[in-house]
Amino acid sequence: MPQYMLILHDDPSEYSDLSPEAMQQIVERYSAWARDLAAKGTLAGNNKLRDEGGRIVRSQGGRVVVNDGPYAEVKEIISGYFIVDAPSYDAAVEIAKRCPHAQSRGRIEVREIEQLE
Amino acid sequence: MDALVERLFRHEYGGIVAALARAMGPAELDLIDDAVQEALIAALRTWSIRGVPDNPAGWLVRVARNRARDELRRRARHTRVGDDDASSGAGGAARHTDVASSADVDAIDADETPVLADDRLRLVFTCCHPALSPDSRVALTLKCVSGFGVDEIARAFRADARAVAQRLVRAKRTLRDVRAEFAAPEVSELPDRLDDVLTVVYAIFNEGHTATAGDALFRRELCEEALRLQELLVAWTPTAVPESHALLALMLLTTARLPARLDAGRVVRLDRQDRARWDRRLIARGFDHLARAASGERLTRYHIEAEIAALHAQAPEYASTDWARVVDAYDRLVRLAPTPMVHLARAIAMAERGDVGAAHAAVVSLTRDPGLASTPEVHATRAELARRLGRSDEAARAYRTALQLPSPDPVRHHLVDELTRLSE
Repeated sequence: MPQYMLILHDDPSEYSDLSPEAMQQIVERYSAWARDLAAKGTLAGNNKLRDEGGRIVRSQGGRVVVNDGPYAEVKEIISGYFIVDAPSYDAAVEIAKRCPHAQSRGRIEVREIEQLE
Repeated sequence: MDALVERLFRHEYGGIVAALARAMGPAELDLIDDAVQEALIAALRTWSIRGVPDNPAGWLVRVARNRARDELRRRARHTRVGDDDASSGAGGAARHTDVASSADVDAIDADETPVLADDRLRLVFTCCHPALSPDSRVALTLKCVSGFGVDEIARAFRADARAVAQRLVRAKRTLRDVRAEFAAPEVSELPDRLDDVLTVVYAIFNEGHTATAGDALFRRELCEEALRLQELLVAWTPTAVPESHALLALMLLTTARLPARLDAGRVVRLDRQDRARWDRRLIARGFDHLARAASGERLTRYHIEAEIAALHAQAPEYASTDWARVVDAYDRLVRLAPTPMVHLARAIAMAERGDVGAAHAAVVSLTRDPGLASTPEVHATRAELARRLGRSDEAARAYRTALQLPSPDPVRHHLVDELTRLSE
C-alpha cells in the first residue's frame, strides 16, 4: 500500500485571538479525524514540530552557514505531519480534505512517499 | 488519542492563573494571563497533531509556568541592562520590573505548581477587588477565573471586543498600582468583599438567564459558570455563609427551569411550562442550600428571591402556586431592592393572586419608568393583563409596542403568537 505524507503548513500567530473553548473545539475536531483514521488502520505516523527555534543550514559562497529559521523568511511554517496508508493519490487527498487543518487556517501538502521496491 | 474532558481548556484556565498568581503575585496578572493563553495555544497546536497527553491539565500548568518564568527572566535581563546604562528615563519601568526578583523565578521554578482550590478563591477575590469598577470585576472574573475569551465576554455583555480588551488591561494595571494582594480578605473585611463577589456572580448568572440575546446555548454556559463559581464559595468555610447558600439555591432553582423555558424556538412563559422538564436534581440541591441559607440573622435579596423560586419549584402546576406567599415575598423584596424589575415581577404575582385590576394599574405606571419602557417585558405584561380584563385593543397595542423593541428571536416569536391569538 502506498504511503502519503500530509504536511501541515500554517501561521502559528493566527491562533492568538481564540477563546479557550474555541481552542478546545479545534483540538477535538482533529482528535475525531485522527481517531477515525486510526480505527480504519490507515494512520501510519504523526509528529508535531516545535514552533520555537529552527535552523536553516546551507551553503553560501563556498561555506556552510547556519541561520535561524524559518521565521525570518516566511510567516507560514511546517507545523507537523501525518503519514497515511492510501491506495492512491486521490484517496490520500480525500483523507486530507476531511482533515480540520485543511478546513481552517492551514494548508496541507500531500506527497507520496517514495518506496524502494 | 484520548478525548478531552468537556470544557477542560476553559475550566483549567482559572486554576493555572491562580497557581501562578500565588507564586508571582497579582501584580503580574497581565504576564500570567498571557502565559496561560500561550500555553493553551501550544496545546492546541501540539495536541491537534500529536494527540492529547495522559495528563492534559498537568501539561498545561507546566507549559504556562515555563512561559511565565521565561518572560520574567527576559524582563530581568532587560532591567539589568537598563541599570548598567544608568539611564534615568527607565526608572519607572525598572521599579515595576523589580518585582521580577530571582525569588519569584525560583518560586515558580519549583517543579510542582499545584492548583489549589483556595488559590481559585483568592483569585476570585483579587478579580473582584474594591479598587475596580463593578463592570471591570465581572469582566476580569470571567477572563481570569472562568477562562472566557475576550470575544465571549463582549458577546455576553453586548459590548465591543476592543473595549472589553482595554477594560481588562486597565483592570490588571489597577491591581498592580494598588498593590493588590493575592489573599483572601481579612475577617473584618470579609462581609463587604464577599458582597462584591456575590454581586459579580449574580451579574454573570443574570446575563445568562435573562434572554437578552438569542444564543441559548451560550447563555446556558454563563449560568453554569456562575453556578461553578458559587459552588467554589460554599465549599470554603469562611465564605460558606447563609447568603452564599441563598444565592446558590436561587441559581440552582432557576437553572432547573431552563429546559422548559424554550420550546420550538419560542420562550415559554412560566404558566405554560411543562414542569416535567424541570431538572429535579437541581431543584433538590436548591432546596438543600435553601435550608442551609436559613441559619443566621442577615436577610438578603438572595434569600427572598430563592424563597420565591422555591415556591414555584414546589408547585406541581402553575395554578397550584401559593400566590399569597409569592406576593408576600415580593412585598419584602421590594423593600430590600426596589428596582423596577422587582416591581414588575410583583405586579405579575398580584394578578395571579386575583388582583388583576390593581396589577394592571401598577404595570401601566411602570411603562412610564425610563428603564423599563425600553424593554419588551413591561409592554408584554401590560398586554397580558389588559387581555385578561377584556381590553383587547389595549392588549394588541401593547403587544405591538413590545414588538417594536429589540428582543431575541424566541421572545419575538412568542409575542407574535400572542398577538395572533388575540385576534382569533
